[in-house]
Amino acid sequence: MKKLFLVLCTAALMAGCGSAVKLDNVPVEDKSGTNTSQSGAQGDGSAVGKSGVTSVDVGKSTQQAAMPAGARIVYFDYDSFIIKPEFQSVIETQARFIKADRTRKVAIEGHTDERGGREYNLALGQKRAEAVRGALGLLGVSDAQMEAVSFGKEKPAVLGSDEAAMAKNRRAEISYR
Amino acid sequence: MTVNPFPRFTAFVRVACVGLALLAGAAVQAQFRVDVAGIGLNQLPIAVSAFRGEDAAPQKIAAIVQADLERSGQFRAVDAAGVALDELTRPDVAVWRQKGADSLVSGSVARLADGRYDVRFRLWDVVRGQDLGGQSYAVTQGDLRLAAHRIADFVYEKLTGEKGAFSTRIAYVTKAGPRYQLWVADADGENAQSALASPEPIISPAWSPNGAQLAYVSFESRKPVVYSHDVATGKRRLIANFKGSNSAPAWSPDGRTLAVTLSRDGGSQLFAIDAAGGEPRRLAQSSSIDTEPVYSPDGKLIYFVSDRGGAPQIYKMPASGGSAERVTFTSSYNISPAVSPDGRWLAYISRVNGAFKLHLMELAGGAVTVLTDSAADESPSFAPNSRLIVYATQQQGREVLMTTTLDGKIKARLSGQGGNIREPDWGPFQK
Repeated sequence: MKKLFLVLCTAALMAGCGSAVKLDNVPVEDKSGTNTSQSGAQGDGSAVGKSGVTSVDVGKSTQQAAMPAGARIVYFDYDSFIIKPEFQSVIETQARFIKADRTRKVAIEGHTDERGGREYNLALGQKRAEAVRGALGLLGVSDAQMEAVSFGKEKPAVLGSDEAAMAKNRRAEISYR
Repeated sequence: MTVNPFPRFTAFVRVACVGLALLAGAAVQAQFRVDVAGIGLNQLPIAVSAFRGEDAAPQKIAAIVQADLERSGQFRAVDAAGVALDELTRPDVAVWRQKGADSLVSGSVARLADGRYDVRFRLWDVVRGQDLGGQSYAVTQGDLRLAAHRIADFVYEKLTGEKGAFSTRIAYVTKAGPRYQLWVADADGENAQSALASPEPIISPAWSPNGAQLAYVSFESRKPVVYSHDVATGKRRLIANFKGSNSAPAWSPDGRTLAVTLSRDGGSQLFAIDAAGGEPRRLAQSSSIDTEPVYSPDGKLIYFVSDRGGAPQIYKMPASGGSAERVTFTSSYNISPAVSPDGRWLAYISRVNGAFKLHLMELAGGAVTVLTDSAADESPSFAPNSRLIVYATQQQGREVLMTTTLDGKIKARLSGQGGNIREPDWGPFQK
């Protein structure tokens, strides 16, 4: 049953549909305790009740599709969304590969270093992803083949808080799906 | 309702310099790692004597009650060791006055024939020798801690005149190795139950106003998608899964609408979506980042973060959209707004000399205070009684959750799961 849910859930996600979708039921387990109000001899009795929590495990994430050899990562300066000239060749190589097959789909995944809040970093990573998407678009890649998304600071490439590590984390990855 | 945030307990005024108010360890279980620190003024001295029969019970009720009261910053624990009492005993007032207590909680725990536990207590004013009332609860073993939190709520309300928020729940996220988990725990961080486990990040949990649903952002499909999750059944609904990133869910106070950040039209922009599903309505249009929306408690305003002025600042606008007004001015980096349920306070994170610190603004006058001296604070969230803030920070390289009083004087580290703990959201009062 749980597997079935996972399949349905994954299917719903892969459909990439825009509107809110009601997922099928997951197993329902009532863990709430039975609570009785009690009027004690010396108390003005009061019921204690709490609902339980049913856990959901979403399992492994989806597989990555075939991808071209060569660099797929563009690195950025602190607080910057500008694609530096040295990464133009990365963009050009990837653009050629994506355009070669109209069925290819890429996600451009923006990332930030660890400084600051998670949601604001998500928005910063989105700007990086969209900068790369824009550069690919200028080279003729169809919007329908690209999706710019952000992981913010959630998925650092390198652990560590020094500038070397953080520079490796301020990036946009072109990921084939 | 206007509430004085720092009431003076005129009947009990005690300008005590108690130094480090550390929880006595004797009656405390090993896994019970509450760590209260700070100097508080005007704290009510209270003794919570060991409940008769709690040695044989799976939870030490008195220690839980005492830790709750201490964490609130409004109480100072007086050592109650060595005195055997229960709810039926009339305390020797002189003894407790001698110990410096103004009030006393005593009680008992007994196993019932059906396996449940009968928890009873009584609260005494030992200054006036007055019985302030008591209650009894028949609970399953799993609800013993909840019974203790209910006792703390009773005591808090009797002695401060305000509703306690101890029997509420906090959601938070842990990262342990490659595994992310969303938890629902008691307000003290204990009794955590897993709501969601995933190999990909989970961020920004947000309780629905009725406490039944958690909205959050899950990256399980390798992009940020907003879900709403019924915590009792585990049933999940997609709220926003549009092209691009979907994030920062916030419930309107009536629970009918969620404000979210979507990048489907380019950039991170604010939208409102019916909680029942439907097409998103744009709330604001800018060429900059707009994110982290939160509704004011009256539902009339949305506070949010925008870098439209060149750096992230907190703004407010009508909840249906419209022209925005800047709210924060100090620092060039102000994010993660949280409005107190009583509408008086705005908690947020501000970068000061490269350090991210929890700040508090009194909305009426705009006065700002810094509440912490830590360097990596995140994600503030108010208790439903507006008297404590839970937030994430780092201690010795580990991510932990802390609570603080609104004057920043009393802080407590919440216990919880192993690994890094982050993204707290304090749920509403339980019905």
